[in-house]
Amino acid sequence: MKIHIPTPLRVYTGKQDTVVVTAATVGEALSRLTTQHPELQKHLYTEDGKLRSFVNVYLNDEDVRYLPEKDTTAVTEADVLSIIPSIAGGGAAQREETNANLS
Amino acid sequence: MLKLTTAIYEAIRAHGEQTYPHECCGVLLGRSQVGANDVVVNAVESSVRAGNTRTDSAHNRYNIAPGELVKIQRQARESGWDIVGFYHSHPDHPAQWSKIDFAEAHWLGCSYVITAVAKGVAHETNSFLLTGASEENKALEAEALEVDGDSQEKANERLRSIPA
Repeated sequence: MKIHIPTPLRVYTGKQDTVVVTAATVGEALSRLTTQHPELQKHLYTEDGKLRSFVNVYLNDEDVRYLPEKDTTAVTEADVLSIIPSIAGGGAAQREETNANLS
Repeated sequence: MLKLTTAIYEAIRAHGEQTYPHECCGVLLGRSQVGANDVVVNAVESSVRAGNTRTDSAHNRYNIAPGELVKIQRQARESGWDIVGFYHSHPDHPAQWSKIDFAEAHWLGCSYVITAVAKGVAHETNSFLLTGASEENKALEAEALEVDGDSQEKANERLRSIPA
């Protein structure tokens, strides 16, 4: 199956935007990915092995976190995994939080 | 450096005016290169409007649904582009990154564009490059913004001279 790598993490996959792995489940696919590209491990997982809170993993168009079997969900060669860091932010609730002088 | 076309520059700013008093947000697609003196150049070919899912606090927060990002990333790949940046607006607030912008910035090497919208009118637009090699040493650094080859100042003068 294919795993799509987002722009900021391609530096750890030899600039590849897609990595192909053979796996039976989502978890196995991610494990194969970090075995092939060990530097990805610390960017995807915390020290205790949990997926970092801002890293989203999608199986085709479904968030793996919300799949009934989560990372034990079975996959086929035709499936696609996407790794997507979150995008959020906004003007501060309290105006003094602005870092205008730091940028 | 962030390179935009006039149409994209205006579209980003217009989006902020249209969603006022709420924050707008979107994704910038194009190509990223390292230019002279190791300057990262994010050249934007297209901008994609995204929905702000923070309906609970849309006046000072934005969030793009990851499912929408997956679709936008697919669209980029089909066009031969990458995600090279993001934009959002700060209604009645300066075009500078906030602590929340920094904490929630995770796309290293991408540009984060902020437009200040005061009383419904777009004012300053600034771009910040997320530098660093990891979450632990990342930084948002102000970067030059070029519009159709012009400096931002020159582009703003050019746009002001065009009758509405």
